[in-house]
Amino acid sequence: MHNAVNVNNVSLAFAAGLVLVALFIGWRQKLGVDRDMIIGVVRAIIQLTIVGFLLKYIFAVNNVLLTLAMILVIIFNAAYNAMKRGKGIPNIFWSSFWSILISTSVTLSGLVLAGAIKFVPSQMIPISGMIASNSMVAIGLCYRNMRTLFRDQRQQVLERLALGASVHDSAIGIVRECIKTGMQPTIDASKTYGIVSLPGMMSGLIFAGVDPVYAIKYQIMVVFMLLSATSLGSVSACYIAYRRFFNDQQQLISASDNGK
Amino acid sequence: MFYAYFIINEESGETMTALLTMTDIDYRVGERQILTKINLRLEKESNLMVVGPSGSGKSTILQIMARMISPSAGQMTFDGHDAFTYDPMVYRRRVSYCFQQPTLFGKTVADNLNFPFEIRNQEIDKGRQHELLDQVNLSPDYLNHDITGLSGGERQRVALIRNLIFVPDILLLDEVTTGLDTDNKGIVHGLVDHYRDRGGTVVWITHDESEIAAADDLYEVVAGKHSQEVHHA
Repeated sequence: MHNAVNVNNVSLAFAAGLVLVALFIGWRQKLGVDRDMIIGVVRAIIQLTIVGFLLKYIFAVNNVLLTLAMILVIIFNAAYNAMKRGKGIPNIFWSSFWSILISTSVTLSGLVLAGAIKFVPSQMIPISGMIASNSMVAIGLCYRNMRTLFRDQRQQVLERLALGASVHDSAIGIVRECIKTGMQPTIDASKTYGIVSLPGMMSGLIFAGVDPVYAIKYQIMVVFMLLSATSLGSVSACYIAYRRFFNDQQQLISASDNGK
Repeated sequence: MFYAYFIINEESGETMTALLTMTDIDYRVGERQILTKINLRLEKESNLMVVGPSGSGKSTILQIMARMISPSAGQMTFDGHDAFTYDPMVYRRRVSYCFQQPTLFGKTVADNLNFPFEIRNQEIDKGRQHELLDQVNLSPDYLNHDITGLSGGERQRVALIRNLIFVPDILLLDEVTTGLDTDNKGIVHGLVDHYRDRGGTVVWITHDESEIAAADDLYEVVAGKHSQEVHHA
């Protein structure tokens, strides 16, 4: 492990110079991203520093309730971010929260029961973060596509309703399309692992001095885990969210509908 | 503000069975009043032609009848009961609304004519599909036709028989013949006549002079405070 990562504060300060490169490009090309970039960097430093100390404390305490609380905080934050993609869809935060909770809890339970990870904070929390963040991205894509499709296919949905179809039968085509959209990036990424990218977990383990052959086992586990997480997240979110486009009279809600 | 008022078969109405009634129906979108105090009594087996200028609220009335939208105020009954107590899905199978410019689903004509069976979890009745295709001068082969290859008239005919695969109590037609040539109009009229012969009740919206001239009951929706009874059969 003598080659293990050793980033000291001086080398980190020098690495910060790379941000100046990005800032220079933004300024030179008049991209108008300077402010966002600085805010992003400052936030990343503050958030990661806090979480670093927090995780150190949680790992040391090794308490089940504290571990679960931390996982819930991760899920809450992921739901809040996914919600932003679904602006305009009523009660979309809770749809996101339940979907990410389902995908995270089912996938984590599967991994623990299979013996792939142990129920210890140092394993549960990072894995939860990976699952929740991938679910969050997938759900965000689902929402964005759902809003677009309900707008573009409004007439078709109305005609199905007018023919006496249920809300489910009127919208099932859109729901399926959105689930597919949510899962697609994970499916595409899994095809290129090892060829185009050496994914995060595998890279991290190799970086930390772990035998690459051993590291790939974890990465394969991550592929399985993310497929499960994004599919569960996308399915749950789409099936909860599509009903929000209809009212209790099984009418398609629109901005112009002010009926009782 | 628009104002529309209907009186339908006022003299004979009391002796006939009202299939659908609207009482003091208002419809408002935000601050905009679309309909005010609509009163309507639709008798069983009647053929009502609704006319009026664009934007007077004719389509809104039909959409409320079909429960595609809900009124802001007022009552509506269907078959003697509050229309809003029926399950919306069941209700729309009995009061079928055909759009002015319908969209066809899927890839083929069959996808559209199978849909009414699929939503009822019933086996597809090819015989019924062929019978209706025949009524609109389309051969059974049309079931396999790609919808993108259909003419405007053929699309409208397919959409209309999609509404009639299972015979509804009321057929609501929202300018379904607009833009069709004389032949296609004739075919649509023939199909609607056949439906009426079997006891169907029809509400049309039209701007077509020949359809207006041939109407049994003709009422105009008037923008403003005054109603105008145009014709009484």
